[in-house]
Amino acid sequence: MRKSIRKLFVTAVFIIFSVSMITGAACAADTIKLGVAGAHSGDLASYGIPSVKAAELVVKDINSRGGIDGKKVELLVEDDVCKPEVATNTATKLLSQGVNVVMGHICSGATKAALSIYKDANIICMSPSATNPPLTQSGNYPNFYRTIASDDAQAKLEVDYALGVLKVKKIAVLHDKGDYGKGLAEFAKLFIGQDPRGEVVLFEGVTPGAVDYSAVVQKVKRSKAEAVIFGGYHPEASKIVMQMRKKRMKTHFISDDGVKDDTFIKVAGKYAEGVYATGPKDTAKNPMAIAAKKAHQKEYGADPGAFFLEAYAATLALLNAIDKAGSTDYKAIEKALKTEYVETPIGKIKFDDKGDAIGIGFSIYQVQNGVYVEVK
Amino acid sequence: MDYFLELFLGGLTRGSIYALIALGYTMVYGIIELINFAHGEIYMIGAFTALIVISVLTMMGMNTLAILVIAGVIAVIYSSAYGYTVEKIAYKPLRNAPRLSALISAIGMSLFLQNYVLLAQTSDFLPFPNLIPDFEFMEPYAHIIGSTDIVIVITTAIVMIILTFLIKFTRIGKAMRATSQDKTMAMLTGVDVDRVISVTFIVGSATAAIGGVLIASHVGMINFYVGFIAGIKAFVAAVLGGIGSIPGAVLGSFVLGWTESFATGYISSDYEDVFAFLILVFILIFRPAGILGRSERHRV
Repeated sequence: MRKSIRKLFVTAVFIIFSVSMITGAACAADTIKLGVAGAHSGDLASYGIPSVKAAELVVKDINSRGGIDGKKVELLVEDDVCKPEVATNTATKLLSQGVNVVMGHICSGATKAALSIYKDANIICMSPSATNPPLTQSGNYPNFYRTIASDDAQAKLEVDYALGVLKVKKIAVLHDKGDYGKGLAEFAKLFIGQDPRGEVVLFEGVTPGAVDYSAVVQKVKRSKAEAVIFGGYHPEASKIVMQMRKKRMKTHFISDDGVKDDTFIKVAGKYAEGVYATGPKDTAKNPMAIAAKKAHQKEYGADPGAFFLEAYAATLALLNAIDKAGSTDYKAIEKALKTEYVETPIGKIKFDDKGDAIGIGFSIYQVQNGVYVEVK
Repeated sequence: MDYFLELFLGGLTRGSIYALIALGYTMVYGIIELINFAHGEIYMIGAFTALIVISVLTMMGMNTLAILVIAGVIAVIYSSAYGYTVEKIAYKPLRNAPRLSALISAIGMSLFLQNYVLLAQTSDFLPFPNLIPDFEFMEPYAHIIGSTDIVIVITTAIVMIILTFLIKFTRIGKAMRATSQDKTMAMLTGVDVDRVISVTFIVGSATAAIGGVLIASHVGMINFYVGFIAGIKAFVAAVLGGIGSIPGAVLGSFVLGWTESFATGYISSDYEDVFAFLILVFILIFRPAGILGRSERHRV
């Protein structure tokens, strides 16, 4: 009796599965299928949901103008909760639904996990937010593109500014031991090492949240560094800057977009003056960015969230490439992405051989009279 | 030599910071053998109270010294009230329960207070004004030690002396010592144990509040989480010095402060915590009760 019930269950499950597969295959009508994958639930949902909204807005706009070559664009939205182990399932599911191109994923780890699946299926994938450098630089994922600059671009800019514009020689590199901060600091160290104009006199990690950084500050002082490059976030940065200035040190302080935050200026107050930080290029004056933000407000009644503009640009770039290529063939799209410039809210972009966008990037900002001002 | 001196003074400041918090831990432990994990949160609440008072008074345009004193006093009163209430709500009903229950209750209180401040205030870092002005006469030495550092070191010394005096030479101090030695016996001889414990919590919270104001002024920022991190380090310092002993807490804090400072200065700040805890392990191997702790026989 019991056994037969169990059998019944198994059969029932199989039937359900096969039915859903059939329906999945059945709706492969003549549309262009744009997959949108990323963290749409869970604690990092705030990074993923804006990308869905961006894709919805772009697709709505394109479909209202008749689609691409007469074909409507269809959105396939799948959640990966920002987890690599889920992302592989997400990717497989998108493939089974016959996806043509994918905009996503959001987190670097999840993106990496999903990429090999897309690669085997010859599907192009473009992320608005995965900044991990090896994704493009390793050359392992020729099908990967992104509309955000990778982490090492910031480090490069910081080092070039310190050596080229500030003309300092001795640099102390500090970080907060975290993935992001330490990663940046290690790139900075590498770039200084490659440049004959500079030398790293100190490379140290500080403990986040400590009550006092005087020992590290003394060490910087003893190393006779002319500039500090710090990889990390603003709470530690402001503590270090404040202690340096209280000890009457005039050492330059250069940091990253984890510090280019108004909270930093608010907390460090007068000690923040003169601090340099890199941050994404200012898009406030870009007419497309203004229009995209307005459309978002009209549609959803709120200001867009993180990576909205990058996702908007990625969707535009992908669909534009399909339009220019005249097909959804992998080679044709690849060629279009790498040769055709496209106007997006983050600027006029195309992609280099490795898949990083050309025409975007970071600028250097300095705190002047209590606000971050872009410096050339 | 200059470098050594700078690191020494940096360690002294850091140690004094830990000591101001460790004193409360050690007092409570000395009396009821409870590790009061919510102590760090009392310190954080002291800092927040002071910040709110400061913002109001600054708007009224008072001078800095008056603001410092008033904010300090209000923070002390407010934190003491919190310490008193926490004891009444979370520890008193568990006085005869197994010690583990009270410990869990303490951790729960700590989480509750953190989240309470998070919701009632903000999760962002807030700037805390520097209330201690740069003294004129310190200017030639400003590159070695700041005025705030000196105030912190002196305050720690004063608080320690007052507490020692309180415990050694006053009536309530005698009652505290009696309670710490044997609660039941103290009760039988007419000591109001509940009152003694309340007073201990009030005094401990008051020192935490003083610490909160000074340390926040030194660091320049606070958020709801500062109490937890500082609390853990101060707890380590108290254990290092011999938990339950007032001079031990201060000594332990200095040892911890210097270890961290010299480890950063001469080796690497990457290993700051490693060395701090290495020292803890070694001291506990050779002196299980801490540097100044009494090794007591435990009643079975």
